[in-house]
Amino acid sequence: MDKFTVLTGVAAPLAIVNIDTDMLIPKQFLKTIKRTGLGKNLFDEMRYTQDGKEVADFVLNQPAWRQAKILVAGKNFGCGSSREHAPWALLDFGIRCVIAPSFADIFYNNCFKNGILPIALPQDQVDLLMDDARKGANAQMTIDLAAQTIKRPDGGTIAFDVDPFRKHCLLEGLDDIGLTLRKAAAIDGFEARLRQSMPWVG
Amino acid sequence: MAKPRTLFEKIWDAHLVDVQEDGTCLLYIDRHLVHEVTSPQAFEGLKVAGRKVRRPELVLAVADHNVPTTDRSKGIADPESRIQVETLEANCRDFGVPYFPMDDIRQGVVHIVGPEQGFTLPGATIVCGDSHTSTHGAFGALAFGIGTSEVEHVLATQTLVQKPAKAMLIRVDGALPAGVGAKDIVLAVVGRIGTAGGTGFVVEFAGEAIRALSMEGRMTVCNMTIEAGARAGLIAPDETTFAYLAGRPQAPKGATWEAAVSYWKTLKTDEGAHFDAEVVIDAASLVPMVTWGTSPEDVLPITASVPSPADFADENKRSAVERSLDYMGLTPGTPLREVKIDRVFIGSCTNGRIEDLRAAAALAKGRKVAAGVGAMVVPGSGLVKEQAEAEGLREIFLEAGFEWREPGCSMCLAMNADRLEPGERCASTSNRNFEGRQGRGGRTHLVGPEMAVAAAVTGRLADVRELLK
Repeated sequence: MDKFTVLTGVAAPLAIVNIDTDMLIPKQFLKTIKRTGLGKNLFDEMRYTQDGKEVADFVLNQPAWRQAKILVAGKNFGCGSSREHAPWALLDFGIRCVIAPSFADIFYNNCFKNGILPIALPQDQVDLLMDDARKGANAQMTIDLAAQTIKRPDGGTIAFDVDPFRKHCLLEGLDDIGLTLRKAAAIDGFEARLRQSMPWVG
Repeated sequence: MAKPRTLFEKIWDAHLVDVQEDGTCLLYIDRHLVHEVTSPQAFEGLKVAGRKVRRPELVLAVADHNVPTTDRSKGIADPESRIQVETLEANCRDFGVPYFPMDDIRQGVVHIVGPEQGFTLPGATIVCGDSHTSTHGAFGALAFGIGTSEVEHVLATQTLVQKPAKAMLIRVDGALPAGVGAKDIVLAVVGRIGTAGGTGFVVEFAGEAIRALSMEGRMTVCNMTIEAGARAGLIAPDETTFAYLAGRPQAPKGATWEAAVSYWKTLKTDEGAHFDAEVVIDAASLVPMVTWGTSPEDVLPITASVPSPADFADENKRSAVERSLDYMGLTPGTPLREVKIDRVFIGSCTNGRIEDLRAAAALAKGRKVAAGVGAMVVPGSGLVKEQAEAEGLREIFLEAGFEWREPGCSMCLAMNADRLEPGERCASTSNRNFEGRQGRGGRTHLVGPEMAVAAAVTGRLADVRELLK
């Protein structure tokens, strides 16, 4: 997993609530057995017409936001299916940070496993950033994970919360499985006790 | 005396392998269900890192999302779907994971197969790379959906890194009126608390109306808990649970069964335990429900009319409603009972069980699917299909003009060939009415199985209670 330290870029405004993972990446693209290559189909049904042409007024098709690295969206972002294809598609497109008033649990988790930083902020702060994002290519934001700040295009900053352990893993680009395997002795011990106390578990 | 604990806390505490100083927990996972869509990258990750599956005997794999529901003797026509299923087969072979192939009678939707086999047990921690894993909470198991990276983590370590959730109690008091079922309970819950109302919570369902439900009904309720954003749904195990599990192929036997049941009987929330939120619903006030929009929270009694954006105070919700109504092709003020439908889908991990099919067949018997409506029944598993056929349900459905298919996820998410055409409107017993969920441009109205039959035979969204008179 790539480290997440400081990210500077344009933010795409997507003022829609309850953006579900079916919208992020529709089912026909879940047939892949790879993690890569999904960026071109991110938001597929909103981004392309039935015959595959770009929908001109969709934000990611507009020149100002084609290179967006940040997404600002409505509440309950990422609800629905657990498909990790959703963060894979964001990452493959080049988006490494999503800012919204709230996130669905599974999607939120999945982001951290892929070097994407989801930032939950109060609605009024998201509204400010949404206005910034609408300004387009000349309005870059800088996300500093170590400092836990978002620097707005006008120079002002907004602070955000993040779980300390997740922050650490993201800053260092740590592999979760490797970390857990360091606790193999504790897992062995737990299993031995479980075999005694609940033999039906196996 | 020990601090009173919720059912969730009891299961959580029993599975803690390690707790870090910052409160991050390592949770042991007892059961891991795997399907073809969310696992290939996880197995690939293991291969690249040279890792094994730690406890393959605690894993059960089955293909469900991509499988055709028509004749399977020639395999899967779509090359991408075929490769994904073949990849699962190869991975299970390489890693020694138990697998039910497509031609095995035990094949079906993963959340129907687990309980049916007795793989799902009370008090267990159960995960699957699928959000509807919440289904298994009906047994008093802590069951939740995970992403593919976490699937890989569980395969490699049999554990998950987790933070504790908050606890919510949803109590459904009293008895359900005739024509109102488990699906209506859970749709009403999602309507009440919203699709994000349960975010960060594990929800325990209790109350007389929940106790009175069969295991199938309880699974329907827990299945859609994720639609309220909750991490998991839970129902304390009781005699109904034990009776369902007794004798299932993978359920414990003999003295082990006795020991398990006596432990399972302790799995209930203690008197005085703390819930962070509580919701009370009066079962007697419930009526058959139907969704009108593109989020499961967009739900109303069948007796209501299509809402207007102006009915919503919140500006964000108002624009979402405008978008929904436009997508759904609905005009504010139209009575829901006047909305004509083109298709009907009965099946899925929400309503593809034998009891659902019995209820649907009882209503379909002696009636005919309306002209111009395409209706299909997709049993949740090969065993459900076999049971339904033994009971004569297949004939009833065929006689009424429904198609009778092979088991799989089918038109719940349209990854196989079963899908809506743009603009087609469907009464569906599945769980999500998102834009494009059942096919690009398709319009989904979520209902229970009897309401789906009512829609099929009238050609419009209909109040099942009128047919029951």
